[in-house]
Order: sequence, then structure tokens, then C-alpha cells
Amino acid sequence: MSQTVTKKLMLFFPRCECEKPIIYHLVKDHNLIVNVYRAKVTPDEEGYLVLDVTGTEEDIQQGMTFVKTFNVSVNYTGKGVTLDEEHCTHCGHCITHCPTEALHITNRATREVAFNEAKCIECLACIRVCPFGACSSAF
Amino acid sequence: MKTYEQINNRIESGKAVVLTADEIIDYVEKKGLATAAKEVDVVTTATFGPMCSSGCVLNFGHSKPKIRMSEAWVQDVLVYTGLAAVDVYLGATQLRHSDPANMDHPGEFRYGGGHVMEDLVAGKTLQLFGLSYGTDCYPLREIRTYFTIGDLNQAIMLNPRNCYQNYNVAINDSQRSIYTYMGTLEPDRKNASYCSAGQLSPLLNDPYYETIGVGTRVWMAGAHGHVYAEGTQHAGGGARTPDGIPKGGAGTLALTADMKQMRQEFVRGMSFRGYGVSLALGIGIPIPILNKDILKRTCVSDREILAPVVDYSTDYPQNTGKVLCHVNYEQLRSGEIEVEGRKVAVGSLSSYYKALEIAHLLADEIRRGDFRLVEPIAYLPKETTMKPLVIREKPL
Repeated sequence: MSQTVTKKLMLFFPRCECEKPIIYHLVKDHNLIVNVYRAKVTPDEEGYLVLDVTGTEEDIQQGMTFVKTFNVSVNYTGKGVTLDEEHCTHCGHCITHCPTEALHITNRATREVAFNEAKCIECLACIRVCPFGACSSAF
Repeated sequence: MKTYEQINNRIESGKAVVLTADEIIDYVEKKGLATAAKEVDVVTTATFGPMCSSGCVLNFGHSKPKIRMSEAWVQDVLVYTGLAAVDVYLGATQLRHSDPANMDHPGEFRYGGGHVMEDLVAGKTLQLFGLSYGTDCYPLREIRTYFTIGDLNQAIMLNPRNCYQNYNVAINDSQRSIYTYMGTLEPDRKNASYCSAGQLSPLLNDPYYETIGVGTRVWMAGAHGHVYAEGTQHAGGGARTPDGIPKGGAGTLALTADMKQMRQEFVRGMSFRGYGVSLALGIGIPIPILNKDILKRTCVSDREILAPVVDYSTDYPQNTGKVLCHVNYEQLRSGEIEVEGRKVAVGSLSSYYKALEIAHLLADEIRRGDFRLVEPIAYLPKETTMKPLVIREKPL
């Protein structure tokens, strides 16, 4: 049996009438374990869904092929939350508010702050606390 | 013993030995104080963080016909017009007109004076709207126009209080989240917030104000400015460690510089959820190594600097003066402090990363001969304390 992997994905739903239970089918038909971090999918509006999927590479690929039949685009890299390097002053104020250490000090000597997107669970705490508006959400 | 003149001569000849306030610690440990005092000419210090008591004087020049603005807004942010006709003062914490503030608590406070200052330095086009009652010599009663910093005659930053020598560590002893100028503090001491560059911070490297005084040339966001007075609330007379390091706020500096020479990355608007707007500013100050005592004091390390932990739910707002405990900056930088037997996660509002960058930028400028040192024309008081505001009954 092939090895399972976990991938963090962001699905973008253009204005569509997608009322199919996509997540249900990902679980039922494609054997994927799904962990939804954040979703905003409303009829007649653009929608977003940020989630982890765990399964074999093959199952994930087939699952995403299925998702794309609904005109949904799959972003394997861009996430719902981003840190704008130009705006960040590396003060480190966000760090105590980040529950998963996605925002962390990457260099103890210079106190440089870095963002590990893979660890981000999209709680949006950083967006509320950053005084420089360096953290932002795609939706 | 060295003089300012000797140090400036060495700067001019490109031979000055310049180290940052963090580099000097190891350097002196290796070389010894006496040797290092002979070799080293300048130690650069720096800080980057919120400095609410900042603002700028802008002169717009005269329109045709002329106006004496009695009320004015830049980017819808109110500016002070109680000056000559087209002079205004823009303050960093002034909120944009119509901002709902804390009507829907906690408010977002997206834009204010600090952001205008950042946009001005960035060269953006800004809107001026002014009103007047009209006079014979200044007949125009309303003006709306657009300008950039290049259009202004002067854009001079004029900050009554910057560079606090040391600062509180804020914590929340209550059972609800509180929204302060030290950021959002979670209930029941879940997190803490501090704000100082510690061992890099200017006045912590010159705790007795022996070289930093009125007239000292400073690096302000890339411009060369100077200290024009003691800062407001300057209080050098508070409690100190045996080594002379203030255990609380203590000294402050009033600074000024030409904003046309500044760089946007060091002039940054800030928004504090539930609190308001401010300005983060990057400042570098060189310390001339005139003798080995001055050098010794620049070797201060984070471990030796104590900051008071203060409850911002009750003690700070009620001005009780209570300090829960003191912690040092080495502990603060570890990301965790211990307060009354409990571990508390701690974050910073002051950017050590930016401070370090500024200390190096200033050191490079001095080494290149582009930044000369100036001897103070007056020294900051060492003994003063801060007076409270007494709420009195109207005298009979």
C-alpha cells in the first residue's frame, strides 16, 4: 500500500452554484481524511476553503480532479493567511498569540520572525494583533 | 581619555573603530576594558518601536489667494493649526476623522497620524483640507488640495518624547482580554508584552546621560537629527540597580529631524486593536568612547537590565504604582518569564531585529565618515522625578 501524505490546500470557489457535498465525496469516494481549518462558501459569492487532506498521493490527486470538475481551483501553495515581509518589522508581538508556533523566531541572535505556513491553523489571531497590518487573510 | 574632536578626526580620516552595542560586549570581554577604551571610538545604539509622543511640523507654503487655516485635516486626520497661517502640527496618535474608535469594541483603528507620517515619508500623494474664517490679509476660507512631501517647504519631525530609557512589561491580572498600547493582553496572565531594545537601547548604554544630551546628533529613520530637549516625563531620579541601570522608565529624549531625509521602513504607522494608532520609529544614537567608564557602561547586557512587570488591568490604569516583580531582558527575549511562580509567554513590541539593523547602518555611516559626533550643549537632569497630575477642587 502506498504511503499516506498530508497536504494543506486552499480551494477557491468562483461564483458558482456548487451545492454538492464536496467534502463528503472526498471522504467517501476518495478515502481522504479531511481537516477543515476555515471555510467561507456561500451561494452566489466567491468562496474559500482551507483544509488538510491526508491520503495516498494517488487518492489526493483523484480527489482534486473530482473537485476541479466543479470549476473549483486548487491552490497547493497559497494559503489563507500570509505574512507580508515588507510590512513585518520583526517585533515578535504576534508570537505569543500564535497557538501553533507557525509564527516563530527563526534566528535567536537577530530576533528575525518567520512564518511557517504548514503549521498555520488559520485562527487569524495574528491579523488581529499585528500593529503593522503585516498579516492578512485571503478571505 | 579621548575628546569629541579626536574622535571626529578619526572619523574624518576613516580610521574610527566603531562597534554596535551588542558587539562591544564580547569585544571588551576579549580585549579588556583599558585596551578596548583606547581602541574603540564609538559604540552605536539603536531602538525601533512605538513612540506615541511623535509628530511633525509641516509648512505648505501659500496658496493664491492666501488662507490662514483655522482647522485642517491631512488625509482626514486632524492637524493642529494654532500656529502661523500655513504651519500645522500633525500628531502620531491622532485618529482619522469618522473612525468609529471603540464604538464597536475592540475597534480596529486602521489609520491615523502615524500612518500619515509613514505615507508622507513614502512620497505618497496626500490630501489637505483646510477651513478658515477669512481675514483681510488671508481671504480664502476653504482649501482642498493634494501634495507630496516634495511640495512642502518643511516637513520636520518634532517629537516631545522618544527613546524611553527602560519600560514596563505589561500583564493582565483580570479575567477578560484587555486592549492596551502594549497590545492585546489575554486574561489571567496568559501573556505579557515588553517594549525595549534592551542592551542595544540608547539610554541604557549611557545610563547617567554622560554623552547623550541636548544637541547630540542622532540617526532618525535615516535622517540626521538631534536631541532638542529632555523628553517629556524625563525622570532620571528613579530606582536604579547597583550598576546604575534604571529599573523603570526613567530618561527620555525630545528629538527632531528633517523628514525629507527619512526612509519609510523606519517610519511606520501602527494600529492597536481596541486602543488606537501610533508611530513606530527607528532611532540610532552613537556613544563616543571618551573614557573607560563610558565604555564600561556600553557593555551592559540584557541580563543586567531589569524591567518592572505591571498589571495593566488595574494597577496601570488606576496609577497605583504597584510592580508585581522585575524580570531581566535575557528572560524576556527567551519568550517566557516567571511571574509569582507561574510561567508566562512574553512577546515584544520593540523590534530588536530593526534596532540591530539601525545600529549597523549608523556604524557604517560613521566608518564612512558620513556621520560626525556632536558634543551636547546641555546635559539631561539626573535627579528629577515624575510628578503626578493631582485632581483638585477649584480653589476658592
